[in-house]
Amino acid sequence: MDSSSVFANIVRAPEDAILGVTVAYNKDSSPDKLNLGVGAYRTEEGKPLVLKVVRRAEQMLVNDNSRVKEYLPIVGLADFNKLSAKLIFGADSPAIQENRVTTVQCLSGTGSLRVGAEFLARHYHQLTIYIPNPTWGNHTKIFGLAGLSVKAYRYYDPATRGLDFQGLLEDLGAAPSGSIVLLHACAHNPTGVDPTIEQWEQIRQLMRSKGLLPFFDSAYQGFASGNLDADAGSVRMFVADGGECLAAQSYAKNMGLYGERVGALSIVCKTADVASRVESQLKLVIRPMYSNPPIHGASIVATILKDRDMYNEWTVELKAMADRIISMRQQLFDSLSARGTPGDWSHIIKQIGMFTFTGLNTKQVAFMTKEYHIYMTSDGRISMAGLSSRTVPHLTEAIHAAVTRVG
Amino acid sequence: MWKCFSTRTSRCFSTSASNKALKWWDHVAPAPKDPITSVTEAFLADTSPTKINLGVGAYRDDEGKPVVLQCVKEAEAKIAGCDFLESVSSAVSSKLVEESVKLVYGKNSDIIKEGRFAGVQALSGTGACRLFAEFQRRFYPESQIYMTDPTWSNHHNIWRDALVPERTFHYYHPDSKGLDFSALLDDVKNAPDGSFFLLHPCAHNPTGVDPTEEQWREISYLFKVKNHFPFFDMAYQGFASGDLDRDARSIQIFVEDGNVIGCAQSFAKNMGLYGHRVGCLNVLCNDAKQAVAIKSQLQQIARAMYSSPPIHGILLVSGILSDPNMKALWVKEVKAMANRIQSLRTTLRKSLEQLSSPLNWEHITNQVGMFCFSGLTPEQVDRLLREFHIYMTRDGRMSMAGVTTGNVSYLANAIHEVTKFG
Repeated sequence: MDSSSVFANIVRAPEDAILGVTVAYNKDSSPDKLNLGVGAYRTEEGKPLVLKVVRRAEQMLVNDNSRVKEYLPIVGLADFNKLSAKLIFGADSPAIQENRVTTVQCLSGTGSLRVGAEFLARHYHQLTIYIPNPTWGNHTKIFGLAGLSVKAYRYYDPATRGLDFQGLLEDLGAAPSGSIVLLHACAHNPTGVDPTIEQWEQIRQLMRSKGLLPFFDSAYQGFASGNLDADAGSVRMFVADGGECLAAQSYAKNMGLYGERVGALSIVCKTADVASRVESQLKLVIRPMYSNPPIHGASIVATILKDRDMYNEWTVELKAMADRIISMRQQLFDSLSARGTPGDWSHIIKQIGMFTFTGLNTKQVAFMTKEYHIYMTSDGRISMAGLSSRTVPHLTEAIHAAVTRVG
Repeated sequence: MWKCFSTRTSRCFSTSASNKALKWWDHVAPAPKDPITSVTEAFLADTSPTKINLGVGAYRDDEGKPVVLQCVKEAEAKIAGCDFLESVSSAVSSKLVEESVKLVYGKNSDIIKEGRFAGVQALSGTGACRLFAEFQRRFYPESQIYMTDPTWSNHHNIWRDALVPERTFHYYHPDSKGLDFSALLDDVKNAPDGSFFLLHPCAHNPTGVDPTEEQWREISYLFKVKNHFPFFDMAYQGFASGDLDRDARSIQIFVEDGNVIGCAQSFAKNMGLYGHRVGCLNVLCNDAKQAVAIKSQLQQIARAMYSSPPIHGILLVSGILSDPNMKALWVKEVKAMANRIQSLRTTLRKSLEQLSSPLNWEHITNQVGMFCFSGLTPEQVDRLLREFHIYMTRDGRMSMAGVTTGNVSYLANAIHEVTKFG
């Protein structure tokens, strides 16, 4: 080369902690290897799943010769936006009926969070967001790069492997008035620990009394309990009191549309006029980022949500996925109990959603990867979706060995 | 202070709390409408049967209808019913990137053989530009970006939101409606050494004015002398001359001269994949090792914005580009689109001349690509809208893709009406 690159001094960025697990797994040649890393659903056979109703919807779209590939509006597909709002807030939500909700199509959960964060960084008066400790690894980066200052509130209690409710109330109680608070709507990632309904109500009261702004991340609606409405309970509780909030929705998991990047950001406002102004400002965030969102995945979602039969078909397939995960929890718990593995493993069946926070430490995790070819994130989080009846014994052995041989 | 006396969820907030809450967003003003997308919005709301949309740069056929390319239909039939991949697997995204950069550097390029580029798939042209702008800011925080005067309106937004200050350099000459070449060279010379420039390699948007090959050589040479960094935004490859290779010639000239470049590619227009958001960003490197480093940094920026682009569009593009028959079909279809636009340019110009317009309309056929920078004033544009239901952006940029044999006479008459008195 004649001239040196102006970027010659750039060093290699560290591998993303979560996606890096799959990279390492792919490199492993052991026949016993098991990927419990990224939260993507797998069947009993360990295969990715394309929902039947999604295939049907996609085929309908492909067969429709009148369909074109023009740009969507900056805010995305209108049908999709309306249906997404109804899905999370409830079809009879007064906020929707009063036109107080603006919903914009975004690139899955990540994109929805980023657009919301950029909007807040520009227009909100309190640029600090409180995130639970621990939380999904990408949250800090998303909010930080959007220009928000990130602080943590206590959430997970390692001693009980449950919720540190007192700590949570204290930390949110001490937060400056108006601060933004990130809440996992259900199936907390990575811990699987969710507040009870009563606890949510207390959180709501505290937050409203301090004027804290809720920002919900809903990535697992339908996966926690198997029931879409139940899993939206926390969000609806906040909306029902007439206050404002943000909600990021992802269809990656509950519709299996991971790679199509389908999601929505909703902002519930006090008045329809505010919602309209807010929407116009959201467009200014989106246009210089990627102009307009992708058409394919949102079209599939809209097709399914607006057809009663397809919607019902979807709820059945979704419940089946959630049920399989719940059954894996039970199987792993029973297996560890039968094995006599020391420790209390009841958190495996108490925790909710796709992940179990095992409580294993980084040394134990590394041991399990090296000796048993089991891949998980170093915080001990395992994706239950990656387990099957066939692989539960192998995992049991590995955990047993790690707990008894490694400190 | 808000008190809620009931543990049931109910609307029990006090007036003072709701007033306080109302104040939070009072200062949020309605945002200005995007100058390009708002044209389409207005057009859609217009009920006039003679309306014409010359706003957004989206191709239309001779009936004024959007087109799904045949090669795209075939590719889509192939992938329908395939397994989705969770996030874009390395194999799939590598395929897209590899095929895309072949379009930029030529399929036999040493750059590709030696892996001397960092390439990532991106959310069409906008996404590719934004990724680069963020990357530029991260590693050259004090740098600025030089943009042509004028340039696509969203370029200003992209670099501004990435917090990179902009400067403009001379490009379009309003009198000749062509290139202001000497002023361009002066600006390039006078910029501090090592400045970042945003260039349109072909089919300049909004002016349709491209440097000649000779002029590109001079510009490239000057860039080398000044050690400037050229970033190319290639959104219309194939639309300038009808020939994809020829339209990438300017980039190849820069690379042959030893310039180290970056390039954003969009498949929105030339593959008609507008709504799928498929594009590619690549940055030339010293070697394959450095390419890995730069790619990792680009991926990290993308991860905190949207993680990865949607897979459907990626599968379509890589499917088309990696199959020789489909690619050949695509090349033909691009040429056909470019030819149609070219022929309507000629017809429009002839029509205006036949109406004995007092103005010179040579620029309609001199300019290339999708757009004609008509030279119409904002007032004339407003009249076209009000009196004739003809829509374009207020800078007088007309998307020629919206012109058809069916509406070209109406358009010529309308333009003549608003310009005949000078």
